[in-house]
Amino acid sequence: MHRILLCVVACATAMPVAQAQESLPQMREELKNLQQKVDELEGRVKDAESTATQAASQASARPQTESALNPGISVILNGVYANLSRDPATYRINGFIPTMGDVAPPTRGFSLGESELAFTANVDHLLRGTLVGAISPDNDTIGVEEGYIQTIALSRGFTIKAGRFFSAVGYQNQIHAHAWDFTDAPLAMRAFLGGQLGEDGVQLRWLAPTALYWDMGTELGRGRAFPASLTPSGKNGAGSLNFFTHVGGDIGQSLAWQTGLSHLRTNPRDRTFDDPSAGITDSFSGTSRLWVASGILKWAPNGNATDNNFKLQGEYFHRNEEGTLVFDSPGSAIANGFASRQSGWYAQGVYQFMPQWRAGYRYDRLDSGTVGIDTAGAASFPILAGYQPKKHSVMVDWSPSEFSRLRLQVARDYSRMGEADNQLFLQYIVSLGAHGAHTF
Amino acid sequence: MKNLRKVLLASMAMAIGGQATAALNVFTCEPEWAALAQELGGDKVSVFSATTAQQDPHRVEARPSLIARIRSADLLICSGSQLEVGWLPLLFTQGGNGRIQPGAPGYIEASQYVLRLEVPKVVDRSLGDIHPGGNPHVHLDPRNIEKVGQVVTARLSEIDARNAGAYRARAEDFNKRWEAAMQKWRAEAQPLKGMPVVVYHKDLSYFINWAAMREAASLEPKPGIPPTPAHLAELVEQMKRSPAKAIVYSPYQNPGAAQFLSQRTSIPVVPLPFTVGGTPKAKDLFGLFDDTIERLVAVTK
Repeated sequence: MHRILLCVVACATAMPVAQAQESLPQMREELKNLQQKVDELEGRVKDAESTATQAASQASARPQTESALNPGISVILNGVYANLSRDPATYRINGFIPTMGDVAPPTRGFSLGESELAFTANVDHLLRGTLVGAISPDNDTIGVEEGYIQTIALSRGFTIKAGRFFSAVGYQNQIHAHAWDFTDAPLAMRAFLGGQLGEDGVQLRWLAPTALYWDMGTELGRGRAFPASLTPSGKNGAGSLNFFTHVGGDIGQSLAWQTGLSHLRTNPRDRTFDDPSAGITDSFSGTSRLWVASGILKWAPNGNATDNNFKLQGEYFHRNEEGTLVFDSPGSAIANGFASRQSGWYAQGVYQFMPQWRAGYRYDRLDSGTVGIDTAGAASFPILAGYQPKKHSVMVDWSPSEFSRLRLQVARDYSRMGEADNQLFLQYIVSLGAHGAHTF
Repeated sequence: MKNLRKVLLASMAMAIGGQATAALNVFTCEPEWAALAQELGGDKVSVFSATTAQQDPHRVEARPSLIARIRSADLLICSGSQLEVGWLPLLFTQGGNGRIQPGAPGYIEASQYVLRLEVPKVVDRSLGDIHPGGNPHVHLDPRNIEKVGQVVTARLSEIDARNAGAYRARAEDFNKRWEAAMQKWRAEAQPLKGMPVVVYHKDLSYFINWAAMREAASLEPKPGIPPTPAHLAELVEQMKRSPAKAIVYSPYQNPGAAQFLSQRTSIPVVPLPFTVGGTPKAKDLFGLFDDTIERLVAVTK
């Protein structure tokens, strides 16, 4: 290539004398043409050189060891400072059967939240595997939050998931806590799902072949947590059954929406709970039927959420339970006929008012509804006395990058009858490793 | 339950019946690949783009409408190199469509078929949101469009063998027009040689490389981190020492920072189409390059 260049330049300079006598404009024209040719050749040489070096560097960039097939690994770290006017050890939601789940606010002062370790990769051409471990800082245990396999290539819109996964009951239950818009779960999730419901089981989902998003599915689970029994039922088959469906789509360029409906059926046997207000342990056996309706609306100008966006989210829960409630089950054990119809909802809005900054408000409301207890009567179960818990939460968060977030949240919580709990949380959430992908 | 079964069966019948007659469904992550698929597929394909020129392809969400679309896709074309890492993996798992999963004939990751620029030697998040596979915005080098186009034609012919002849004919026609256009652009872009520009994000690197321009600075202090006052103040100083010829930005970026720098340095701001649909003139791939070159050449005069 260089030789050609030299030749061109040499030819250009060593013009025959005869030509030099020709008119000046013509010579200029020819020089210009030659210059263009030189430029073009230079460009080609440069292309060829950069191509060669880049090909070499890109070839060597691919790891050749067995680690080349490592799964995507990510770590979520989160820490909270909590300032609470009421002791979280006395936390209860009046009017509702305690779930014995992880529902109380974090301890006062500084605390490390659950650290999450997630592995995910395609297993082969049919399956994808995911494992999410939660490391609890206080009792040094590692829990499996989610661990499931999922089909990726079944045709006709079917997907099967098996293992432990967050149940598709409602909307927020399926989302990991680090991706929530507020520090804590809505009251309705605490009262009806014991915080967040993870089930061991199988999920079958079908996605309709329509331009409008429509899916429906069912989950068969063991019933490993509230609202099912906390202790293993010891029976074959499914201990919990969930049906769900979602419809969603876009309205123009700027709006996206999704609504969902789910129905969770469990038959708890001896589901024990401590009644903190009576200081004894009771238990419930019977049927539990929960309906959840959810709606999400997201707005971003022209669908570009980088500068401003708004998210409106709400869920409504309704539960009927029927069966027997045993008063002081380890002691005197008096069985009572029991029937309850209870409900609750929350609505929240989060607005990103400038890049990296968001502010949001959430309103929580529960209704203890109608609770009927025979024989011993309601007096034996002070926790179930009629009450409408509510809560106001306001938050502001700052996300310097896609991988970190700092949040300030203040709330006034009326979960306890007649006692307001003023709460302040300061929280950080960061993610390391593989770039996360979040559900709508 | 009986009604439910009826609905289910009806929908499935619709799905099966629909697939037999309809054109090939092409799902693209970005509008430039939608335009390319339309050029090469013509009336044999029905093309959908997940994003518009007004949206940052790195920051859209796995919306229900996208899941619904990917479910019935026969061919997927995305830039790749982790550009869509925040949402595309979810579409793969939620859509449950085996035809377009990575490795299947229906999956095209465009950046894998071209030489990628800016492959980082060191990968660390303190450097911003960098892509370990290199810069993913490969479409702004016209030579890359040609390379990806060859892959698209090959896959269209493989998936839809009955129409292979039609695809070959369209590809020949497109290549002829594209070669001619590239020759024209090369001549038109001569004045851009060595021209220093300030970019917003490193999304124009392939064009800058093709036109042999020079990236003097970027408004983002680090890739993916929005402009900060401190960084802009630095840029004002830098531009006073060695001024750039233009400050450019793409339709999905906030023009505020570019205008701020322009007011303090009197360097002109040039909004570029970035992709098909980014400006009224960038109606297709030809218009995209015509308009980009025209807008930049205008400030060199």
